[in-house]
This record gives sequence, C-alpha cells and structure tokens, in this order.
Amino acid sequence: MKGRSEEPWPGGSMRFMLLFSRQGKLRLQKWYLATSDKERKKMVRELMQVVLARKPKMCSFLEWRDLKVVYKRYASLYFCCAIEGQDNELITLELIHRYVELLDKYFGSVCELDIIFNFEKAYFILDEFLMGGDVQDTSKKSVLKAIEQADLLQEEDESPRSVLEEMGLA
Amino acid sequence: MPAVSKGDGMRGLAVFISDIRNCKSKEAEIKRINKELANIRSKFKGDKALDGYSKKKYVCKLLFIFLLGHDIDFGHMEAVNLLSSNKYTEKQIGYLFISVLVNSNSELIRLINNAIKNDLASRNPTFMCLALHCIANVGSREMGEAFAADIPRILVAGDSMDSVKQSAALCLLRLYKASPDLVPMGEWTARVVHLLNDQHMGVVTAAVSLITCLCKKNPDDFKTCISLAVSRLSRIVSSASTDLQDYTYYFVPAPWLSVKLLRLLQCYPPPEDAAVKGRLVECLETVLNKAQEPPKSKKVQHSNAKNAILFETISLIIHYDSEPNLLVRACNQLGQFLQHRETNLRYLALESMCTLASSEFSHEAVKTHIDTVINALKTERDVSVRQRAADLLYAMCDRSNAKQIVSEMLRYLETADYAIREEIVLKVAILAEKYAVDYSWYVDTILNLIRIAGDYVSEEVWYRVLQIVTNRDDVQGYAAKTVFEALQAPACHENMVKVGGYILGEFGNLIAGDPRSSPPVQFSLLHSKFHLCSVATRALLLSTYIKFINLFPETKATIQGVLRAGSQLRNADVELQQRAVEYLTLSSVASTDVLATVLEEMPPFPERESSILAKLKRKKGPGAASALDDGRRDASSNDINGGVEPTPSTVSTPSPSADLLGLRAAPPPAAPQAPAGAGNLLVDVSSDGPVAQPGLGPTPEEAFLSELEPPAPESPMALLADPAPAADPGPEDFGSPIPEADELLNKFVCKNNGVLFENQLLQIGVKSEFRQNLGRMYLFYGNKTSVQFQSFTPTVVHPGDLQTHILLAWPSPLAPGLPSWDEMDPGRDPSSALLPESLSAS
Repeated sequence: MKGRSEEPWPGGSMRFMLLFSRQGKLRLQKWYLATSDKERKKMVRELMQVVLARKPKMCSFLEWRDLKVVYKRYASLYFCCAIEGQDNELITLELIHRYVELLDKYFGSVCELDIIFNFEKAYFILDEFLMGGDVQDTSKKSVLKAIEQADLLQEEDESPRSVLEEMGLA
Repeated sequence: MPAVSKGDGMRGLAVFISDIRNCKSKEAEIKRINKELANIRSKFKGDKALDGYSKKKYVCKLLFIFLLGHDIDFGHMEAVNLLSSNKYTEKQIGYLFISVLVNSNSELIRLINNAIKNDLASRNPTFMCLALHCIANVGSREMGEAFAADIPRILVAGDSMDSVKQSAALCLLRLYKASPDLVPMGEWTARVVHLLNDQHMGVVTAAVSLITCLCKKNPDDFKTCISLAVSRLSRIVSSASTDLQDYTYYFVPAPWLSVKLLRLLQCYPPPEDAAVKGRLVECLETVLNKAQEPPKSKKVQHSNAKNAILFETISLIIHYDSEPNLLVRACNQLGQFLQHRETNLRYLALESMCTLASSEFSHEAVKTHIDTVINALKTERDVSVRQRAADLLYAMCDRSNAKQIVSEMLRYLETADYAIREEIVLKVAILAEKYAVDYSWYVDTILNLIRIAGDYVSEEVWYRVLQIVTNRDDVQGYAAKTVFEALQAPACHENMVKVGGYILGEFGNLIAGDPRSSPPVQFSLLHSKFHLCSVATRALLLSTYIKFINLFPETKATIQGVLRAGSQLRNADVELQQRAVEYLTLSSVASTDVLATVLEEMPPFPERESSILAKLKRKKGPGAASALDDGRRDASSNDINGGVEPTPSTVSTPSPSADLLGLRAAPPPAAPQAPAGAGNLLVDVSSDGPVAQPGLGPTPEEAFLSELEPPAPESPMALLADPAPAADPGPEDFGSPIPEADELLNKFVCKNNGVLFENQLLQIGVKSEFRQNLGRMYLFYGNKTSVQFQSFTPTVVHPGDLQTHILLAWPSPLAPGLPSWDEMDPGRDPSSALLPESLSAS
C-alpha cells in the first residue's frame, strides 16, 4: 500500500463502476471522474479484457494502470470497481455486494435481464447508494425506502395509458 | 424476472430494448437504432408539443442508445426541458441524461444551472437531492463556480433534512476534489465537524468522507474532529451487533463508517491528548482481539467486513509507527493471513506487510516470514499475489537476507509475466547494488539479469554496472573474465554484447594473459556478434576495437582491416561511418603515445545517486522526482571525438605598449607585400594556401622579440601606427611557426568559430559560415587592455585569384573589453569587424 501521506485525495475515491456480461456486453457504466468518451471506451475495452481473462480461483483484486480494480461475478454479470491505490479493497468488495443486495430487493431475485430492461432504475439505485464515488448511506432500509418513495411518486404522476396510446397509435 | 419495467411504464422503451436484443447482427442493430433515432428526431421536431411522459420516454431511449456505444448528438434540449418538469420521474430522467451525456454548450449549461438552482431552492428534499446529485455527477468547473458557495450553507443549515445533508456533504466533496479553490474554508467548517456527532449514521458517514478530504489541505481547521472520531469509533467497535440495527452488516457494526473513521485518523499524527490516545489504542486493540475470536457468521460478507476494518486498523497502526506492541501484533496477524485459505486475504496480507517492513519496530518481525513469502512466490497461482510476494521480498530485504532474496527473485524472473519483468529487473539491480559486500556477486547478478531477461534490462541498469566496474579496481578482472565467458554462449542477448564489449575494451588486458582469452580470441568473439547487433551496439563495439588496437597492438592489422571494410567506411548510418573513418585514421596517424593517451582507461565515474531508483519510482507511481543521472555518460562514447582540443595560447607577455601584432616586425620572407589600408584583403582559411600577412609577425612570439620602444601609455595612438592585417597567427609556411600553429590553424579545418589568436593585448576570433563555394567570415577583435585602441585598422591579405569583398568600418576605436564569442552578433556589436567575403572556387 502506498503511504497515506502521499495520496492526492485522502479518503481515496472510486473512479468508475462497470457491469458487464461474460460476452463483454456493457450493462452499466458509472464514471466518477471526467474523461472523454473515447478514453472511456478504451478503458472499458481494456479492462473487460483483463477481467474476463481471470480464472475463478484468483483473488478479487488486480492492479490496472495506476488503479486497483475490485471485481466480483454474480451469475452472468461482472461487477467491477476501479478504486485508487490507497482505498480499502475489502470494503469495496462489500460495497459491490451491498449494491447487488439492493438490486435484488428491488427487483426480486434480480437477474441480468432486469438490469437490461430497467437500466435507468439500476442507475437510480446506484445513485441513491453512492454519490461521487462515495457511499452515501449504508443502511439497506434507507436506500430502499428512498427508491420506493420515488416509485410512488412516479405512479402518482402517471395517468393510465392504453397500449395504443403508448405506441403513439391512438 | 420478466422483461417488463417495474413500476409500470415506458413500455415503448421495453419494446425497443427487446427489438435490439433480437437483432441478429451488428448491421441489423444499427439499422434498428437509426430507425429509432429518425423517429425520435421527428418527434422532437414535430409541431405537436410532446407531453412529459413521451419526452421522458424518448430521452430514455436516447440514453439507452448512447450507453450501447453509439454517439448521440441531439436530445440535450429536451432533456434540459425535462428538468423543469414538476414530475419527479421526468426530472430524474432529465438529470440522468445530462449527467451521462455532458455537453459543453454554454446555453445549455446556463439552462441546466438554472434548473438546478430552482431545485436547490425548492425546499423539496427529493428535488434537492436530485440537483445535488447532478452537480456531483457532472462536477465541472462551471457547476462548481455556480454552486460551490451554496452547498456549504445547505449542508449546515439547521432545517436541512438528513438525506439532503448527506447529499450536500458528498456533493461538496466532489466539487472540492474537482476545483478546491472554489470551496474556501469558512464558518461552516466547524459545523461540519460537529456533524460527526449527528444521530443519523448516513450523515456521519458522508461528513467523515468530506472531512477526510478537506483536512489534508486544511489540517488545522478540522483538528477538532480527531477526538470526535475516536469516540465515535470506540462506540461502534465496542457495540453489540444489535445496537446499530440498520447499519449492521452481517453482524458487523457499521463497517463502512468504521473504515472511514480509521481513514480519517490516518490524516493526522497520533492524538496528543493522553485520554483520547488511550481510548484509541484500546479501540485498536479490541479490533485486533476480535480478529482472533471465532466468526459470528460463516458468510464471506461477514468476514470481509470484519477484515476490512482489521486491515484499515493495521494501516492506522503502521501510519502512527509509534506503538511497538501494536505493530508486532499487527505483523503477527498478517503473518496468519499469509497462509489463509482465502486468496484475497493472502493478497492483502502481503500488500500490508510491505509497508510494515519499512518500520523499524516491525522490520525484524516481518523478516521472520521470509520462507512463507518465498513459498508464495513459487507456488501462488494468481499472478497478482505472486507480484505482491515479490514486492514484499524487496521491501524486507536487508544485508542479512539479500543474497537469498536476490537469488529467489532471479529464479522468479525466469518465469515471470512479461508485464512485470522490467520492474523486477530494476528491483534486483537495486538490491544487488545496495547490499553487495562482494562486488563479484553484484556483477554476477547483473549478468544473470541480462541473461534471463535481457530485453527488460534497461539502460540505467547496465550503465550502472559499467560505472561500478570502472570505479572498483578489485572487480575489474573478475568482470572481464565473467563477461568473456558469458559471451561465449551461443545465443547471448545484445545487452550482454554491449556490457561485454565495453568491459573488454577497458579491461580486456586483465585476462589477455590466459591463452583462452587472448586478444585475438577476444576480438573474434566480439566480432562474431557484430553483425547481429543494432547500430548502437555496433558503435560501441567499434570503440572497443580502437581500444583493442591500443591495448593489443598485435590485433591492429586485423582490426584495421575490419574498419577499412566498405561496410564500415561507407556504412549508411552516419555514426558508424564516422567512427570507422575516424578510428581508422586515428589508428594510422597517431603515434603510440598519443593513441595511448586518447584511449586511456576511463577515469572513475563521479559518485552520484543511482538512476535505477529514479526509474523505479517513475514506474511505480506518479509524482516521483526524476533524479535521473544527467551526468551519466554514454558508455559507448569514449570522448574520442573532439579529444584533442588545443587552446589558443598566450605565448608571451608583452608589455601593454608593445606592438600588438608585431606590426613593426619584418615581414616574413614568403609574404608578398600587402597594400596598406583596408580593402581587397583576404584571409585564406584553408590550410594549404599560402597566407600573406605583411606586417603581421609570423608568430606572436617573434613579434615580441622584435619589440620596439614602448610608447607612453597616454598615447595609445602609437600602438597602432601601422595598418594591422587581420589575424592569422600561424600559417605553416612561415619561417618558424609557433608550436601551436598547427593546431591553431588545423582547428579551423573543422571548426568555423573560435578564437584565432590571443595575446595580452588582443584577442581575435572568427566566426564563419560556408555554403557551397561561397563563404563568409567575421573577425572579432577584443581589446584586452583597459585603454581604448584608437584607429584600429585590420588588414587582410589574400592570394590573388580569390575574389574578395570586404566590408569594413575602419579605422575606428576599439574599446576595451572582450566580447563573448558565443554571443557575438556581427550585426550588433560595433567593435567587431565585418568581413563578409565571397570566395569563388579557384
């Protein structure tokens, strides 16, 4: 570990989080640092290659560029966080787990399809949980409550629509 | 779970996503996407104003398309419009869109900032949080400028809801990281510290994150947080798992908050207050104790959370580096983890121990684990773990175990991943040098490095070994012998040839007595590799060859033969060609003494810090000072070029009143009469033309032998009674050229600029440039006395068939003061003579 006094931003931070499938399809990307689109695509490609090449028994951490990557596979999805060198790896691993738990609670036995079809919800849940790369609230209850409240608001907003209206054919 | 969105709606979106997933090929996908894009475009441009729901749906579709990897160049306006909707979900999608597709259009930014401002002022916590989130997500400087002042207010306002405070804290943190200058410290800082006592754990967590970052640059502002943090941590650590309810994670109380508090404490030195410190130590000991207790749950989440706290505790202990008891305990705990079943824990233990290794209290304790670590290096399947083991070996290395560690690392190097080889090479090189008691071991190690991983042995490493061998007499013979043997391997790395070539060139004589390594054998060994090598190596070898000619005269003929070969003399590479030509000539022309002087053994290198360490720092992390050896010599250049640099000599010490240039001396016999005054005079710079210098004493020496009566210093005019020809002090065809004449003149075969002549009174320099058959010379006269020369007039003589064109500003006074030749600008300096001349080929 680097000496703590050398780090630029003590407390470290998460640089980004990626969710991708074994086939290399990106399902979610949350960036906590400003980078160009081109650079992001490059990083995603590179990192996916590195992580997908890992074998099952290997440890959940690897060094990539000047960052540490913490990753874990849940069913068909890889959850990947890039953190700064001095961040606590184990707690990041559990952060990933906490996020999965939240998704699970919300969707009920979450699977990749849920995240595909409700991608915006996945982002909203992540945003309730993390902000700027830092954990906002670690209470599962609080986070879920906030999300459910938002859903309630949504239902209030929406007046029922017919399928035809929905398709723009009415 | 089904493919329908939860909470209703946007069926159109779900259908679209299904369509995309059903596309059989990339082309089909692109086609479908383009169709949708066209549809959305038309909807956005349409006359009918879209309702919020539809807008939301389309913006969401655009977002989806973007996240698939396609570029989106519209939709921002509509997304921004959504921001001003009163419906939460529409706002939400709008914010999501603009924080993912950040746009730098200033008009849009203005609108976005407006919307954010409204939401922040709305007093609706959900809206406020959305706005804060957006600011944190985008984090641009413009946003910082617009809102950095408001956030602290919101954060510490009494009526802010907990969720808002949480969000505000983290939002502020993000802004501070992006633009620290926009967040000045103020009254609010004290209140932020106070948030550590908040009853809402989420607020405390967010506040700790914020303070941890802020206190780095403003430690005094936040010093009061230490005792609060300690008491908070203490309460958590000693709480039963049921106390914290929601914030207990798999039977571990508030792991995130604990880790953050421990991290915050690492921003400060150990607490000064004894009570606080005592409490903290107790707390740390509790954590260490708990690690030994049986786990409350078999789930990996429980142990991860628990160990996360443990590792952060150990980090804090290492940071303080002041409690030997704790340090040793930490080391023991890590030692246990080194053999744990779980790979993650072994990895982290190895990593953590690296830092422990550098603490004086625990260094010895760390060393006791050397066998486990070596075993890890050999047997771990995961390359990341092996690499941590290598790092730890490096960190724990000292004189007692250096040999063992270096040999293990060399063995590891043989099978190491290519990506990490260079780093290992650097580390081995550093260790070998640092702990070498016996330098032959050092030489062996470096040669081994080259043998095993030649491609990754960078210049710094093999330069260093050459420096050390050059500086240490006792290892030179050994180095020569070893490198000679190494070169005999059938396939040896080019770096070995470089090192070998240099060492044999310098010290080959030390093994020349043995018939197996006699000079011809050495030469043919090196030369057998010659054609396989790169240009740089061949250049080095050529230098070695000329050194051989000096060391082993019996090889002269053979080597000259090699140098003379067309492939050298007319080599396409300029450097090789030049070396071959020059070395060949040097070997033919120079006398034995001169050759021996030129090719004398290299002097010891001055002691300086190893550049290898600097290179390792650069590789390992940013911000390392680059302490490159700027004086490091290219081992392959022997400074033969430019070796003999004659300096113009001040031959005698004339009195100030003496004839400057021997003007009154008798003209040399061969010199034709020169017309007085300036005009059609030419200095022939070429070495073989006769140079006529009437009035110019052939040598300064001679001139001053024929000294005239010294005129009074007050009448400087007397000094320059006669027109003075331009200075060419030592042409060969004069009677008795000064000893330096050859060199002085010959110098100008190669050089265009320099001091042509100098004595106590005058310095004459020349600057010339030539293009094809045209040339231009500037002569500069420097007055070395403290009086001014009046009516100083130089005269130039030339052989008849050369055309001249002279521009002079004579006569004119020549003020005292020597010009600086480097800065001499003919156009600027009035005291210099301008003699532009054109020569046509004769």
